Amino acid sequence: MATKGKDVQSPLPDPQAQTESTAALLRELVAHLRQNRTQLREEWARRITRAQLLTAMTEEEIFAEATSVYDNYVEALETGTFEALQAYARNLSERIIPRGVETHEVVGIVLLLRDVLARSLFGKYHEDFDKLNRILDAYEPAANRIANTVAVGFVQERERIIRQQQEAIRELSTPVLQVRERLLILPIIGVIDPQRARQLTEQLLRAIRTNRAKVVVIDITGVAAMDSNVANHLVQTVEASRLLGATVIVTGLSPEIAQTLVTIGVDLSEMATVGDLQGGIEEAERLLGYKVVPLEELTPKA
Amino acid sequence: MSRPSSESTVDRDVSTVADELLIPITADVDVVTARQRGRDLAAEAGFSSGDQTVIAAAISEIARNILMYAKRGEIALSVVANGDRQGVIVVARDQGPGIRDVPRAMQDGYSTSGGLGLGLPGARRLMDDFDVVSDAGKGTTVTMKKWRRMNA
Amino acid sequence: MEVPILKQGHYLIASIQSALTDADLSQLREALIERVGRFRARGVIVDVTALDVMDSFAVRTLRDIAHMARLRGAETVIVGIQPEVAFAMVQLGLTLKGVSTALDLEEGLAFLNVQTQLRIDRGPGRLDRG
Repeated sequence: MATKGKDVQSPLPDPQAQTESTAALLRELVAHLRQNRTQLREEWARRITRAQLLTAMTEEEIFAEATSVYDNYVEALETGTFEALQAYARNLSERIIPRGVETHEVVGIVLLLRDVLARSLFGKYHEDFDKLNRILDAYEPAANRIANTVAVGFVQERERIIRQQQEAIRELSTPVLQVRERLLILPIIGVIDPQRARQLTEQLLRAIRTNRAKVVVIDITGVAAMDSNVANHLVQTVEASRLLGATVIVTGLSPEIAQTLVTIGVDLSEMATVGDLQGGIEEAERLLGYKVVPLEELTPKA
Repeated sequence: MSRPSSESTVDRDVSTVADELLIPITADVDVVTARQRGRDLAAEAGFSSGDQTVIAAAISEIARNILMYAKRGEIALSVVANGDRQGVIVVARDQGPGIRDVPRAMQDGYSTSGGLGLGLPGARRLMDDFDVVSDAGKGTTVTMKKWRRMNA
Repeated sequence: MEVPILKQGHYLIASIQSALTDADLSQLREALIERVGRFRARGVIVDVTALDVMDSFAVRTLRDIAHMARLRGAETVIVGIQPEVAFAMVQLGLTLKGVSTALDLEEGLAFLNVQTQLRIDRGPGRLDRG
C-alpha cells in the first residue's frame, strides 16, 4: 500500500467540490468492492486468523462481525460520511470489549482489511498504472480515516467502560452508614479528588433525605490532607446538609486540615467539630436524645 | 439534525447535536421558561439530575440579569459534542446598557441595582466555562458551558 | 400562580406547588406577611418541595419572609429543599443563613413547637407583641 507520508486524518474532500473524475473513481471503487464482497471478506477473515487476532472469538463470530464491518467500511467509502461508522464502531466495541478483545487487535483487523482491499485494487488495475494511481489517490485518505475512526471509537468505548467500573467501585467504597435512627455516619478514607468529593456529597444528601437524618457525623480521621478545593467542598457539604435540616459534626480534624479550613476563610467556631469519631457519635446521640434542642447551640448565629 | 462530521475541521470533530433553542426574555415568566428548557436540554444531553439543577440555576441568574438591567434580550441554548464529552452551551444576549467594569461585576457582592448582585459570579461558580463580553451602551453577551463525559 | 396558604392552629403553612416567577414569589411574601399580622401567627412554614431550582431571588425572598415574620413575632421554617437543589444552592453561594430549615412538613412543625415552647419558657411578655 503506497503511503505518501500523509497525515492520517487528512480531510475527506467535500463531495460537492469533488471533480467529476474523483467521484466517478470512488463509485467505481465501491462497485468493485461490492461485486467482490464475498471473496474479499473471506480473504480478510483468513488473514485475521493467520495473524492470530480476535482469538477470544469463534470463527463463526469473526465471520459475522467481519461481514458487518466490511459493509460499514464500504458504505463509509461510498457516502464520505463517518457518523454511521462511528456509531457502529462504538456498538461493536461495546460487544467485544467484555469478550476480552484488545486495542491492537481492533486496529490490526481494520488495517488488514485496508490491505486486502488495496491488494485487490492492484490486482484489478495492474495493467493501467495511471488509473491505479488515481484510484489509490481516492482510496487512501478515506481508508485511513476509516481506520482512525474505528480505532478511536474503540478506545473511547474502552475508556467509558473503565470509568463506569471506577464509578461503581467508588460507590461501593464510600458507604453512608445509618447506625441509629436519624443518625448517619460518613467515614471518609484516603485521597479525595473533586469528583469523589462531589459524589460523596450527593450520596450523603440523598441519604439524609431517605433516612430523615437529623445528625450526620462526617469522620475525616482517615484523610491525610485536603487541598483548599476539597476543603471548600466539605464546607459546602455541611451547609447543604443544614438546608435539609440536618446538623453536621465533623470528627477527626487534623491540625493540618484545620489550618486549611481557616485559610479558606472558614470560621471553625461555627463548625461543630469533635476530636474523634467516638466522641462525635456520643455528641450526636446527646443531640438526638433531647426533646427540646436549644437551637442556639446548633445553628450559626443569624 | 446533525451535520456530518466530514464538514467539521480535522482536529476538533465538533458537531452540533441538536438545533439551537432561542428563548426571548422580556418578562418574568420567561426566566422560568428559560431555566426549564435549559433543564430539559441538559436532561436530553444525559446530564445527571444534580447537574441539570445547576445548569437551570445558572440560566435563571443570567436570565434575570437580562430583565433587570436590559429589560429585554434572549437566551440561546444548544448541545454540542466534542470528542468524548458533551456540553450544554448557554448564550445570553442583550442590547442593554452594558457592564462598564466586567471584572468588578464578577466579584461577589457588587451590584448597581441594590440587590445582592449574585448573578454573574454565582453563575460562573456553577458552570465550567464562562465568558462575558460587554460594551457600555452596546449590550452584553454571556457565554457559559457545562461539560460531561459521555456515559451510556 | 398563587400559592395556597393554610392556617393550622397558630401556624401558617404555604405549600408551593410548581415553579414560581419572581412576581409570584413577591406576591407570596406579601400574602404571608399580611396573614401573619392578621392572625397573629406564631410560626410560618414554607414548603418548597416542588421547587426544582432555587436561585438568588428565591433565596432572597425566603430570607425577607423570615425577617419580616420575625419582626411580627413569628418564626419561619423552610422545609422540603431537595438534595440537588441544596447542592446547587451552596455552589451558587446561597446559604439561607439565619433562616431555619427542616427536612419536611413534619419536622418543620416539630421545630416550630419547640420554638414556641422555648419562647413560653423564657417568660411572659415575650410571646405576643402588639
